[in-house]
Formats: sequence, C-alpha cells, structure tokens
Amino acid sequence: MLNTIPKAEQQQKDKALIFEMSKPGRVSYSLPVCDVPEVEVTSIIPSDFLREAPAELPEVSELQLMRHYTELSKRNHGVDSGFYPLGSCTMKYNPKINEDVARYPGFARIHPYQPEETVQGALQLMYELQEDLAAITGMDAVTLQSAAGAQGEWTGLMMIRAYHESRGEKRTKVIVPDSAHGTNPASASVAGLETITVASDANGFVDVEALRQVVGPDTAALMLTNPNTLGLFEKGIVEIAEIVHEAGGLLYYDGANANAILGKARPGDMGFDVVHLNLHKTFTTPHGGGGPGSGPVGVKKELLPFLPKPMVIKEDDMYRLDFDRPQSIGRVKAYYGNFGINVRAYTYIRTMGPEGLRLVSENAVLNANYMMRKLAKHYDLPFDYVCKHEFVLSGKRQKKQGVRTLDIAKRLLDFGYHPPTIYFPLIVEECLMIEPTETESKETLDEFIEAMIQIAQEAEVTPEIVQEAPHHTVVSRLDEVLAARKPVLRYTKSE
Amino acid sequence: MSQVQAELKYSKEHEWVEVLDNERVRVGITQFAQEQLGDIVFIELPEQGATVKVNESMGTVESVKAVSDIYSPVSGEIVEVNGELEEAPEAINGDAYGAGWMVVIKLADAAELDELMTAEQYEAFSKEEE
Repeated sequence: MLNTIPKAEQQQKDKALIFEMSKPGRVSYSLPVCDVPEVEVTSIIPSDFLREAPAELPEVSELQLMRHYTELSKRNHGVDSGFYPLGSCTMKYNPKINEDVARYPGFARIHPYQPEETVQGALQLMYELQEDLAAITGMDAVTLQSAAGAQGEWTGLMMIRAYHESRGEKRTKVIVPDSAHGTNPASASVAGLETITVASDANGFVDVEALRQVVGPDTAALMLTNPNTLGLFEKGIVEIAEIVHEAGGLLYYDGANANAILGKARPGDMGFDVVHLNLHKTFTTPHGGGGPGSGPVGVKKELLPFLPKPMVIKEDDMYRLDFDRPQSIGRVKAYYGNFGINVRAYTYIRTMGPEGLRLVSENAVLNANYMMRKLAKHYDLPFDYVCKHEFVLSGKRQKKQGVRTLDIAKRLLDFGYHPPTIYFPLIVEECLMIEPTETESKETLDEFIEAMIQIAQEAEVTPEIVQEAPHHTVVSRLDEVLAARKPVLRYTKSE
Repeated sequence: MSQVQAELKYSKEHEWVEVLDNERVRVGITQFAQEQLGDIVFIELPEQGATVKVNESMGTVESVKAVSDIYSPVSGEIVEVNGELEEAPEAINGDAYGAGWMVVIKLADAAELDELMTAEQYEAFSKEEE
C-alpha cells in the first residue's frame, strides 16, 4: 500500500527509523525482581543455537515508541481513510458489525481441539456459511479451508486433477485466457499442470474459435473469471462451457470478480464445475495487509468426494467434522480455515440477506458505469460496452503528451486517493483498471472523476506536473528498479 | 538502438534468432520487447543441456511492470546460457541484440527457421502490435 500524508508540515517529521532513535540504556519496561533462581542460558541451550553477539534492539522509551508507530500508522491509506478504486481487488468498506461478532467469546475464545459438542455454535456457523456460499454460487458443496484466493485456485485444481485421475485419465493442460489474473497460471503450475494461453478477441472476450483449437484429450480445465478483468461479462459462457465439457475438461471459476454477479447470475448455472470466492473481496472481510484472507471453494456433485477434509456436516441436530472421506485431496490448511474471517463473511451475508446482496452488485455495476461514462470523454475507452463492476481505460492519449499511466497513478496520490490498478490486464496499452465498489457515495465518485479530469487537462497543458508527481507525499518517486535489483531487506548500523 | 537488425530472424513472441552455423542459433528478446517490458529486474533461463520446444516457454523475464514468458523460437538443446544476465539483467535493456543475448540452442529441426520472420516482416509486425 502506498503512503500519503496531506499536510506539508508533517512531511519532514519523524523520518528516523526506530533504530536511529535508540539511546544506550534507555528502556520502556520495568520488571519486578526475579523471584526464581537464575539459570545460565548456556546451560540449557546448545551453543549452536545461541547468538554470538547481543541483538542490537532499539532502546527507546515507551512514549517514543508510541509516537513513532502512531505517526507511521497515520501514513497508511486504507478504505477507512480514503477512496481505493483498485481494480479487481474490490476494496469495499468492511462493516464494523463484522468485527463485533467475530469477537463474541463463543467464536473468539474457543479451541480447535475442543470436543464437537462444546462448539456447536461455531460448527453451525461454518455449516451454514458452506450452505450459503453454495447457494450464492450454484454449487453443491463448499469447503472453507483455503486461506486465500490463490490457495483456493490451487485447491480447486488439485480436486480437478484427482477427479481426472480417478477416471483413469491423464489430463495435464489448463487453458487460461490472456486477460486472466496472474495467479491462474501460477496455481496451475504449482498443482503440477501446464498452462496454455488462449487469446482474447478484438472485443475483449475469449476467442471461441481459438478455444476450439486448443481443447483436446489433454485438457484438464479452463480457468475463467466472469466478468473478466476488463469488467466484461463473457456472454459466450454457455458455448465456452460446452466446448470444454465436450472435450472432457472441467470449468474453473475464478471468483475475483464475483462482486458483479451476486443474486444475478451463478457460476454453477453458467456451467462451471469448481468455484472459488475471495471473502476478503466480495464478502467484506479485511483485505491486503489487514487480512488474513479466505478463499472457500465450491464444487459440483461429481467432485464432492475430492473436497478437502474435514467437512462440516449436519447429522440430526448435531454438527460435526467429517474426516471419513477416503478420496479427499486431504487437508489444505491447519484446522478449519481462517475461522475468524469466515465469521465476518457470515455476518455480512446474514446482515445483507439475498435482496441486500443483489443490491450490492447492482450498485457496484451502476457506480462503475457512471464513472466510465464520465471519464470516457477524457481518456481512451478501449472496450465501449456496459461494464460490470469495473472498467479499463487506456492512457494512450496522455502518452502522446509524454505522460504515462504510471504518472497518472502517482498524481492521484496528491489528491489523497489510492490509484487504480495499472498496467493490468496486460492486453490493454497503458491500462488503468478502476473498480469503485458499491460502498462509495456519489459525492466521492464525483470528486474522483474531477481529479481524473484535472489530471487529463494537466497532461495537455502542464505535463511536468503529472510527470513529476507526487508532490505532497512523504516521499516522492521511489527507485523501484533499484529496489527490485538490489533489495536491502535488513537494517545495518552505519558506523 | 535500431528496432531490428537486418541479419537476424524474428519470432511472433518477440525473440530474435541469430544463425551461428548449421546447427546452432543464438537467441534473445528484441529491442521492441525490452521497450514494452521496461526495466528488467530478474531473469530465469533454462539450464545448459535442457531440451526446449518451439513456441513453448523456456524461461521468464520480470520487469517492474510484469512477468513474461520467454518462448523458444526453435526446438533443440540448450548448449550455452548467458550467466551474466543473472547478476545484470539490465544488459537486456541496454543492448538487446548484443550483451543481452540469452541462450545458444542446438537445433533439432533446421526447417523451423523458415517459420521465422525476416527483419522487414518483423518490423511491420511489431508496428501493428504497438
């Protein structure tokens, strides 16, 4: 996350690292006199495991420590502090009621090894969340174990692999469109499968003819995000599903963009066999540095035996953990997934209800289209359709003035915004990918539109203002190339 | 640096191919490709002795902007790898057709060379991509 600080006078303050503030002998603790016999550390720990020189920990007072980290925390930018239209990341507001519920002692103070009969409430919540997510996606069952979207992808692909193997088929190729998230090919590779890229057509959709050419007896699956990363709904999805199924492959739904379809369309009805959802995107659990994430995976009937174990099941009026799943791909996460996060998502789903979730998608789509139309006059719009929850612009016009998309993103920092996703998807030149989400007011959208229009005007009249941005942040442009080539990952004291 | 070099052959994935003799070619990515990628910060190349197949990924190149596959323009065996690039991938930005070379491949099928583009064809091709 990028740091912004609006006031000039704050910029100069507190640039010292905590190590640089250190004064020998200064402490921020006072311990009582030791009331047990002291033991020499060398007598209980082998010398191989002991450090030779004492660690150079910073020595500061408690107040210095508080001020230092409070000051740093003010430099954070998050959804609670400002607009964050990071495309494909769904940086929506996380209602605070989620936090209240996650802190109920019945959820927060239980142990994963407690007997089932003493944690029936927690198990009921997991069971009902499995059921709710299955209903939302049109799948037959859902596992809550995966700790993030990418792990969900991997879990899904491992189940697809197990499914093909159980039928005695050797299928190793995963087809991924060129507009896909980078995690798709990465997950395929980690699952021991090979990726084939299929091109998009001139309108930004999967090229159906090209897909026909690449499917075959070695096709394990097609991975698709719908709406895709251009914010466009793949209208050919039914035909696409037929092509893949006829070749004997399965369809994997990347749920990154599920915020566009809640209560409107279900991957299960589109023909998908496996789905993952990012609860930290669509279902208002903390995102980014505030995680952890949660990436539940849903499957159709034919894949049920391969779900990770344990699953939460209901027998009569009791909820319990089912470990008796001989064909399961096994456990993919310690215990039962990120339980506290799943409590938050459950709270959100139950707070919103089906009608509320439908409105989420309607407003997310409305906000994106409103912004797209307002900005289309000032930036190139490479795909001119009604978009879903996000849209892409191209900075081609500004590039002619010597202003790159990176410059536009940096200039937005001066206005106190987190910039949109840039240079992704790769198939759009000088790409800006904007996702306002449903939780922003019209006023916020208008202010951001104003800022974008001002930047477009600056690009024409005073391009240097944009090229040299940001002007009002704690630091200006960082040397990303040097940081990547010669990273300094550890503080060393300069003598 | 000029966009293309007349004596080289080119692939649609923006690799150049220099024919060294009857059975060996030197391979790198083009000036156009490095400009599109921007500052390159990391490169992963196949190991010496590895077998590569035409149009299949043989490595990756990572810039500040993106990670991209390097597609082998021909099939064959890797007989030489430019080890300098591991420490100094910026050579690809500075000198794509020279110090930025990536591998030498021993051809499995010399006929594959006929599938590649001439400098003139590639220039027209990359203009369209722009």
